[in-house]
Amino acid sequence: MSEGTLYDKVWDRHTVTELPDGRDQLFVGLHLMHEVTSPQAFGMLRERGIEVAFPERTVATTDHIVPTASAERDRPLADGQAETMLSELERNVSEAGIRFFGLGDDRQGITHVVAPEQGLTRPGMTVACGDSHTSTHGALGAVGVGIGTSQIRDVLATGCIAAEKQSVRRIEVTGELDDWVSAKDVIVTIIRQLGVDGGVGHVYEYGGPAIRALDIEGRLALCNMSIEGGARAGYVQPDETTYDYLRGRPFAPEGEAFAAAREEWEAIRSEPDATYDDVVEIDADQISPLVTWGTNPAQAVGVDEPVPEPADLPEGEREAAREAQAHTGATPGEPMAGTPVDVVFLGTCTNGRVSDFRRAAAVLEGRGPDETDAVGGDVDADAVGQIADGVRGLAVPGSETVRQELEAAGVDETFRAAGFEWREAGCSMCLAMNGDELVGDELCVSASNRNYVGRQGSTDARTVLASPATAAASAVRGEIADPRVVTETADAQGGEQ
Amino acid sequence: MSDLPERGSAVRRVAGTGLPLPGDDVDTDQIVPARFLKEVTFDEMGEYVFYDERRDEDGELGDHPFDRPAYRGARILVVGENFGCGSSREHAPQALLRWGIRGIVGVSFAEIFADNCSSLGVPTVTADRETVDDLRAFVADDPDAGVEIDVTRERVVYDGREVSVGIDESARAALIDGQWDTTSMMRANLDRVAETAARLPYVDEGDGSGAGTNTSGGDQ
Repeated sequence: MSEGTLYDKVWDRHTVTELPDGRDQLFVGLHLMHEVTSPQAFGMLRERGIEVAFPERTVATTDHIVPTASAERDRPLADGQAETMLSELERNVSEAGIRFFGLGDDRQGITHVVAPEQGLTRPGMTVACGDSHTSTHGALGAVGVGIGTSQIRDVLATGCIAAEKQSVRRIEVTGELDDWVSAKDVIVTIIRQLGVDGGVGHVYEYGGPAIRALDIEGRLALCNMSIEGGARAGYVQPDETTYDYLRGRPFAPEGEAFAAAREEWEAIRSEPDATYDDVVEIDADQISPLVTWGTNPAQAVGVDEPVPEPADLPEGEREAAREAQAHTGATPGEPMAGTPVDVVFLGTCTNGRVSDFRRAAAVLEGRGPDETDAVGGDVDADAVGQIADGVRGLAVPGSETVRQELEAAGVDETFRAAGFEWREAGCSMCLAMNGDELVGDELCVSASNRNYVGRQGSTDARTVLASPATAAASAVRGEIADPRVVTETADAQGGEQ
Repeated sequence: MSDLPERGSAVRRVAGTGLPLPGDDVDTDQIVPARFLKEVTFDEMGEYVFYDERRDEDGELGDHPFDRPAYRGARILVVGENFGCGSSREHAPQALLRWGIRGIVGVSFAEIFADNCSSLGVPTVTADRETVDDLRAFVADDPDAGVEIDVTRERVVYDGREVSVGIDESARAALIDGQWDTTSMMRANLDRVAETAARLPYVDEGDGSGAGTNTSGGDQ
């Protein structure tokens, strides 16, 4: 059993009581809500005549079903089902008195982008949401768990979930990330090494020099995909980077309250002599930009490395690898680099934040990884790399706040000049509920988190997960490409491609 | 469906015929594709279980286990490793439940999926791969044979024998005591919840920060 970790401390301070079945009744400090998994929960409450117990601890937004094309966001939405779903949410939050960042609000966006950037997620909190990517919030030293609709009903009715404490696995990432290697590549490496079910029964604590060096947006991408590794929650210890990020956010404490909160945040960190159930070490120096070749996120390989032969894999993985390769068309022995691309999708709760778009823009502008601050502005449109002929590029900011910030810096112009469709905030093509979807057997290089068959809207389509930089490089080349190679070439040509 | 597990009822054993499903890492996007999540109730979810996987390019139903006449009316689903991974959508267990599934035997389950099943009174029990493969083969050979999950005794009973299976201890307790629907149980502790909340440094910090002040909704 773990002892003295952040997870232990957060668990203890939120435990209300032990339930008769042995689980703990755990208070939820921040409950995030969206339109897809909540209406049924409100229905159950009405059936039982129960009112929302702690409406002030829930914050709602809309993300899964909202159109991202500006012209399609007028009400009523063209998709009748989507309109009904959004109207239901609006009615529910209004009746219960729940804070809501709705369509048209400057703060609307993907729950896991919105809550951190608004300063709602803070160290030491428990966060729950009817969405598996709630693990994201661990980036700020919170413990975030995805829950089902019956558990949403529990949170609304009681402010709590019934939960069982998990084991804590420390994942120590040593070394330093290379140019153009991102947090996304780190988490995909971890999933590749430990498996898509390696984290079942565990919470992941990410640490070590390579993690400490990540900014908060990188940590958000890292923790986001804990669930793809089977871990319901993953977190990073709060530190100066965390406090700097939180300072000045709309819902973060101010002045003296900030100083007091900061002491609390320091105290919630894992003790230096904390006991972990398990420790795994990963060497960041060995990580290169990754792409997936299969139909789950562990089926990944360096963009320039050969796709594995199923026969060379452990016996239990061979059949699944054969089926996956039959679906994606990946050729064993050949690298994924060079594979023709139909669609490039930037955005999502994994990679839909300002720094993600800045990195992608840097690739489009032929800049180096240390020049992401320089993108946009009054960039010469002719100097921006163009999306290759026949490729469709979709850039979907994770929130309206992200969109506004990028537009204020002129970064949207880089994407527009390159030929990307520049959209408004939503989950979009990550799960294709809003009309943004792949058709036929299109191949999409996607800065999202799941490459399951059918995930992006067509059962024949192929999803290749990649970082925003790799996705942007692939857009320019029209084939899966290594951002290190694409930007070097651009350098040699004086920024023109 | 009229016979969904009733709130407060004990689930000590579930029995019926079996349905063997091949493969590992079956994700909830496969169990219910996202486009069917646009309904605001779970009522119709039984129609959508494995919707895409069951259909060919022309939309015709094929030879998927959920369509084979031999498995019609099955109650016990038998699956591989990491079943129900991915999205937290409760639509997935709701769909299986409404199709008729009342218990699942597998090598392992994704956590959120297993939690969701528990919330609905559907036991998920685990056994090693050899046992699961043997059970799948048995069901495939004799689809009319009975399979029983004995939650109390942590056994799966089939073919005149009993095999020991794993079940999460608290899920087991909740099922056999009929307390798998946790809302009323936790609501009884609301006073203590308020005490716990009041002790948290970030609740009611009194500085207008955090989601602690609700300006629009009154004090329900």
